[in-house]
Amino acid sequence: MIKSIAILISNLNKTNIISQAKYTTSVLPQFSSEKYAVKRKNFGILKSADVEYFKSVLSEDRVLTDESDVLPFNIDWIKNCRGQSKIVLKPKTTDEVSQILSYCNKNRLAVCPQGGNTGLVGGSVPVFDEIVINLVHMNKIISLDDISGALVCEAGCILENLDNYVRDHNLIMPLDLGAKGSCHIGGNISTNAGGLRLLRYGNLHGSVLGIEAVKADGTVVDCLRTLKKDNTGYHLKHLFIGSEGTLGVVTKVAIHCPALPKAVSLGFFGVENFENLLKLYKSAKSSLGEILSAFEMADNKSISLTVENCKLSNPIGDYPFYVLIETHGSDETHDSEKLNRFLSQEMESGLILDGTVTSEPAKIKNIWHIRESIAGAGLINGYVFKYDVSLPLRNYYDLVLTLRTRVGDRARVYGYGHVGDGNIHINVSASKYSKELYAILEPFIYEEVAKVGGSISAEHGVGFRKPQFIHYSKDKTALQLMRDLKQSMDPNGILNPYKVLPDVPDIEKD
Amino acid sequence: MSRVLVGVKRVIDYAVKIRVKPDKSGVVTDGVKHSMNPFDEIAVEEAVRMKEKKLASEVIAVSCGPAQSQETLRTALAMGADRAIHVEISGPEYETLQPLHVAKILAKLSQDEKADLIIVGKQAIDDDSNQTAQMTAALLDWPQGTFASKIEKSDAGLTVTREIDGGLETVKTKMPAVISADLRLNEPRYATLPNIMKAKKKPMKKVSAKDLGVDLAARIKVISVEDPPVRQAGSIIPDVDTLVAKLKEGGHI
Ligand SMILES: Cc1cc2nc3c(=O)[nH]c(=O)nc-3n(C[C@H](O)[C@H](O)[C@H](O)COP(=O)(O)OP(=O)(O)OC[C@H]3O[C@@H](n4cnc5c(N)ncnc54)[C@H](O)[C@@H]3O)c2cc1C
Ligand SMILES: Cc1cc2nc3c(=O)[nH]c(=O)nc-3n(C[C@H](O)[C@H](O)[C@H](O)COP(=O)(O)OP(=O)(O)OC[C@H]3O[C@@H](n4cnc5c(N)ncnc54)[C@H](O)[C@@H]3O)c2cc1C
Repeated sequence: MIKSIAILISNLNKTNIISQAKYTTSVLPQFSSEKYAVKRKNFGILKSADVEYFKSVLSEDRVLTDESDVLPFNIDWIKNCRGQSKIVLKPKTTDEVSQILSYCNKNRLAVCPQGGNTGLVGGSVPVFDEIVINLVHMNKIISLDDISGALVCEAGCILENLDNYVRDHNLIMPLDLGAKGSCHIGGNISTNAGGLRLLRYGNLHGSVLGIEAVKADGTVVDCLRTLKKDNTGYHLKHLFIGSEGTLGVVTKVAIHCPALPKAVSLGFFGVENFENLLKLYKSAKSSLGEILSAFEMADNKSISLTVENCKLSNPIGDYPFYVLIETHGSDETHDSEKLNRFLSQEMESGLILDGTVTSEPAKIKNIWHIRESIAGAGLINGYVFKYDVSLPLRNYYDLVLTLRTRVGDRARVYGYGHVGDGNIHINVSASKYSKELYAILEPFIYEEVAKVGGSISAEHGVGFRKPQFIHYSKDKTALQLMRDLKQSMDPNGILNPYKVLPDVPDIEKD
Repeated sequence: MSRVLVGVKRVIDYAVKIRVKPDKSGVVTDGVKHSMNPFDEIAVEEAVRMKEKKLASEVIAVSCGPAQSQETLRTALAMGADRAIHVEISGPEYETLQPLHVAKILAKLSQDEKADLIIVGKQAIDDDSNQTAQMTAALLDWPQGTFASKIEKSDAGLTVTREIDGGLETVKTKMPAVISADLRLNEPRYATLPNIMKAKKKPMKKVSAKDLGVDLAARIKVISVEDPPVRQAGSIIPDVDTLVAKLKEGGHI
């Protein structure tokens, strides 16, 4: 019995597909510095005395220098970027992080902070020989106040572990994303991760209550309050939310967890065209109101490729577009009444062609699993160019069609995303990385996004891959202020160099 | 053309974490999400496919349990069953309900409804008894094909492929017969919206065990329900490096 249910569950819950996908090609990616022609900046070079120092601060087993041990920390999740770091440090305490940074700052050794290494813009791996500071050992939960919902923990806690923990106290984490089994809360904060339920629970600038971070010179900045309201001075925690490890290393986090919803329902529908999908969104907002927790879309190619590559089954038939709607509420009867009314109305109107709806946890999990697998599914075919853009809803899907024509039969282009947030993920899946395809896609895609006033990076950040395109979304004055902040917090520029901010000549160019 | 009776049990959803009641009299069910026993979903799917292939004329879903079992029956109806029979059993009687009681109910109903095939899941994921199909077959003196991973209908009866230790066994049975569904028999469908709507209007009959002349007197007494023993404390190793270090330390490599 145990065996068969285990099979049943593993059949239905192939979370591993994603981690397997990482290793489908044994070919190592090219060095980022060569692939993107970057010049090393004038940082110090690691010497054996440095290694000895790090070993004296951390225990020996938390300093990795073996080439094969260091390799996985040099390669990013989509296997696009590869750094050349010689050393990985795994601090356990804030004090250790502080000692490491203070030493590195004095010796001008560049560092790359790293969480779960699931970031999608190459920010989490070194470009040259930056020292990797991986926070995996900073994984302790410090406290949970089940009245206010304030959770305090170290930055290296894995999101899914935190969610399981707070669920036992009738709370949930305010964010959820496909990478939850690997990503760290510190990484989420550093990338200002959005995810699947932003529509309902807002973004991290709202739910993060406090942060403890270490500046480049080793100073520990303590903003670790658990208060909802604290208007005393500048709101410094926001500097660390979304700054991708360029302003400090986040070491502890206080975050507000909403109440665990008592009633959860999920619908998965087929829709005829994108226009209808938008109408359905509008109708869902007004009919479902406060219980709507997610409104996600995927085009036909996204679902068919995912179902095929990850060996899943599509719960409904073949449709041009798919919509996933989730509700979180406190009263099952009330919610299902609302949902049923909405469904009958939209089946009748024809906006929903067909679909299924369920409030059974196992089925809900399985359907979400299909949606969450889209991000990794394309990797099984070889290489995926990933774009994560915000667009005005009326232009939301146009870019996929434009790119399809432009790319032709060189690759598969598909789009899926968080309609409720105006955020679409456009993936271009090919058998391997090619310069030709790259040149077809970039900067074309960013120019198109800028034309309609969108953002070239909605939730994944800028990282290593996008600094040269940041000007499509931020003007010179904003960039200058960012530079000033960087200069004041990290004057030697040791924190995650080559990331986020473009070199000055780059912005002068445009 | 045959009439198929399918047994569907309402159980705690398998994605839910099970908790033992503090007084150890059972597991916590209040406010806990329930759904159809996964093996029964497979049984319903098989019956509905038989109907779609015109091998069955009618599919009747039966559930024995408290009022909420009607939700499970609605799911069966939404998957394609034609009508439902709810045998209402609640309170202490439900707590001590055993496969033998259910088998007696199914046997009686199959005669009342003139069914010529009964399909049930091979076991329910809550009590794990794996007895209902066998007992029902014995009570009716019908042939049985348990742990079915494939069912084919021929004029003479059924050819059933069974999952057994180390391989597959093929048996032929005459009709009427009792089948229990194993995991690989099929992949159950998701109920589609129009069918969910239609299911609300399909007939559901409520009967009591007494109406069927089945005595539900307890045949067992639950002494204590306990959590499985907590596994020997081990230490969780954060990564491969530490694992290698520890193995070296212990002289294992
Ligand atoms: C399958 C999949 C689905 C995803 N879905 C979403 C989604 O829905 N929404 C979304 O927004 N993102 C999504 N992402 C990308 C997302 O940015 C990351 O998954 C996650 O937020 C990064 O966390 P991490 O711990 O892996 O950080 P890493 O990848 O290790 O690092 C990301 C960046 O943060 C920095 N960093 C990490 N930890 C710290 C720290 N403690 N202090 C300072 N800097 C730090 C790194 O230097 C790097 O610049 C997805 C990724 C995958 C693989
Ligand atoms: C009856 C009453 C009820 C209130 N209730 C609440 C409440 O429930 N919650 C709450 O948080 N506060 C409350 N407040 C205080 C609250 O801070 C102010 O009412 C309001 O937010 C300030 O707006 P204002 O335009 O009057 O700003 P002012 O009072 O004019 O200025 C407030 C501060 O902001 C600066 N400032 C104003 N405008 C600008 C600008 N454009 N750019 C830069 N700086 C600027 C000023 O220099 C000053 O430091 C209440 C006040 C009153 C009188």
